[in-house]
Amino acid sequence: MESTLNKQQLAEFYRQMLLIRRFEEACGRLYMQGKIRGFLHLYIGEEAIAVGTMAALRPDDYVIGHYRDHGHAIAKGMDTKIAMAELCGKATGSSGGKGGSMHLFDSKKHFMGGHAIVAGQMPIAAGLALASKYRKEDRITVCFFGDGAVNQGEFHETLNLASVWKLPVLFLLENNLYGMGTHVDRSRAGGRHIYEAAAAYDIPGVQINGMDVLGMNECVSETVKSMRKDGGPRFIEAMCYRYRGHSMADPTMYRERDEAEELGIKDPIESLKNFMLQFEIVDDGELAEINAKVEAEISDAVQFAEDSPTPDLDAMYRNVYA
Amino acid sequence: MAEMILREAVAKGLREALEDDRVFIMGEDIGAYGGAYAVTRGFLDEFGPERVMDTPISESVIVGAGVGSALAGLKPIVELMTINFSLVAIDQIVNHAAKLRYMSDGQFTVPLVIRTVTGGGGQLAATHSQSFENWYASVPGLKVVVPATPYDALGLFRTAMKDGNPILFAEHSLLYGMRGDVPDDWYEIPFGKADIKRSGDDVTIVAYSRMTHIALQAAAMLEERGRQAEVIDLRTLRPWDKDTVLQSVRKTNRVVVVEETWRTGGFSGEVASTIQEEAFDDLDGPVARVGGVDVPAPYNGMLEAATIPTAERVLQALNDSYGI
Ligand SMILES: Cc1ncc(C[n+]2csc(CCOP(=O)(O)OP(=O)(O)O)c2C)c(N)n1
Ligand SMILES: [Mg+2]
Repeated sequence: MESTLNKQQLAEFYRQMLLIRRFEEACGRLYMQGKIRGFLHLYIGEEAIAVGTMAALRPDDYVIGHYRDHGHAIAKGMDTKIAMAELCGKATGSSGGKGGSMHLFDSKKHFMGGHAIVAGQMPIAAGLALASKYRKEDRITVCFFGDGAVNQGEFHETLNLASVWKLPVLFLLENNLYGMGTHVDRSRAGGRHIYEAAAAYDIPGVQINGMDVLGMNECVSETVKSMRKDGGPRFIEAMCYRYRGHSMADPTMYRERDEAEELGIKDPIESLKNFMLQFEIVDDGELAEINAKVEAEISDAVQFAEDSPTPDLDAMYRNVYA
Repeated sequence: MAEMILREAVAKGLREALEDDRVFIMGEDIGAYGGAYAVTRGFLDEFGPERVMDTPISESVIVGAGVGSALAGLKPIVELMTINFSLVAIDQIVNHAAKLRYMSDGQFTVPLVIRTVTGGGGQLAATHSQSFENWYASVPGLKVVVPATPYDALGLFRTAMKDGNPILFAEHSLLYGMRGDVPDDWYEIPFGKADIKRSGDDVTIVAYSRMTHIALQAAAMLEERGRQAEVIDLRTLRPWDKDTVLQSVRKTNRVVVVEETWRTGGFSGEVASTIQEEAFDDLDGPVARVGGVDVPAPYNGMLEAATIPTAERVLQALNDSYGI
């Protein structure tokens, strides 16, 4: 690891990654207590991608992604209170309790949603970027998706359109090696170098370590800079690992417990922490302070969600139409 | 006679089907993962990866490859993880699977069974809680099967495997744990033959899939009020058994049709209009319909529950139409 970022920035990356990690752990607990229901997909292990990416964006850039969306939403600035309230189905949640874990949205932060049909967000990303181009704005759209999504027609249709129309979409593939229980080696031709598929659509693509927040941030920063100049699409494949099961319902029978270790996967939060300690960028006291701040924010979020009212029945009829 | 849950009944049907070496199963996470709803748990070890194939997340080619291998003489069973994702494959289902026999004037047939999971009630929110059986039931060339019990699931599945046409076989996610008796001796259940799950003279309740059980609950509540309801489970939507329904209506003169999908455009509209066309004079009042509330499924459990038909709503609808 190396970095040209200053102390505040590094500490902020650490704080945000930890915030997402603790948020997800709290979700896991609330799920076990029956307070979060339905499908719950945790982002644990992939925090560096969201945090490194969002830090390279402007607030007005669009972000859209899939149902594993808590980390994306929080890194894009969604308040952890309203995210947690949404997960608990409360009236104070981002969608008043109607969207749930897989469908977080925050229009003010230009977080255009978690989308739960695999690859369904990709054509929409093209449309967001089309609007920016149409209005001659230099905003870009980051589209997150998983290794499972690349086998849908919508992936290919979107890459092609973005390329021939020169749309400012940054395709950000989170290759965590699995789509549910199916390893990429069994579902995708060239599943460990999917970025090469972008070349078939004349889209520049790279592969990077998605478990390294500094590398992530540097790569996205460079990429975004060049996109603002030429307006065209780019493709980044962030290699990563999903520490937990696909969802809370997944007993993970299809992989060995120590697979992450075997693969030499390093926890992104631990890595950054060790880096900062090694180079004496922060000391234990400062880390403890960050930890305490994060713990407090998460317990406030949980408290807020638990104390919030459930939606009134009429909410179910609201916003079917404009 | 053996008691089993619906999940086991479907698995039994699949195992029997796999005795024919033209049959194979493919779908997302049906092998190593064991199936999103655990129906095919253990199948990969039992039958091997050439008969039980994990596919990429590519519904269109899952169904399309099913169509192609069926054209070439195999008998594929494809699994779409849920009916919500069938929309990604709807072109292959509606424009291809359902049309090839007709357009080739019988030169080709598509003996394809598409198993999928339908229904809401699991707090999975708007994209993951839908029931589209009624949509598919409007397509000539397809057959649509909607079992409500383990017995029906197995008997209908056996028929599906013999039928020789493209079939949408929709299992309700909340019924997988439902228990019921299944005979040891071989039996089949023909398509287009409804089942009278309970007989009665006072009122007819027509339902299918999970709503059959809501209908039975409503019937039990009616009994407490001294009314005997006849509960008819359609079991298949295309073809559907209008004779059994009409016969019952002629006896009871009162009928309510119940289904989980949105009321607007629901299959109950088809049933209701058939009843009024063919048994108008037998009716004591308008055909009652109970369907899902016309909103996308909300995540919150209380709101979601309010969108799905209940026995109370069935009784209310009967009261509105017939004052009982
Ligand atoms: C069209 C469609 N098919 C199937 C599913 C069920 N499903 C949800 S997530 C998932 C796996 C996706 O894996 P990937 O794209 O790698 O994302 P990850 O979960 O690893 O972040 C599947 C099969 C779905 N939601 N939509
Ligand atoms: Mg994945």
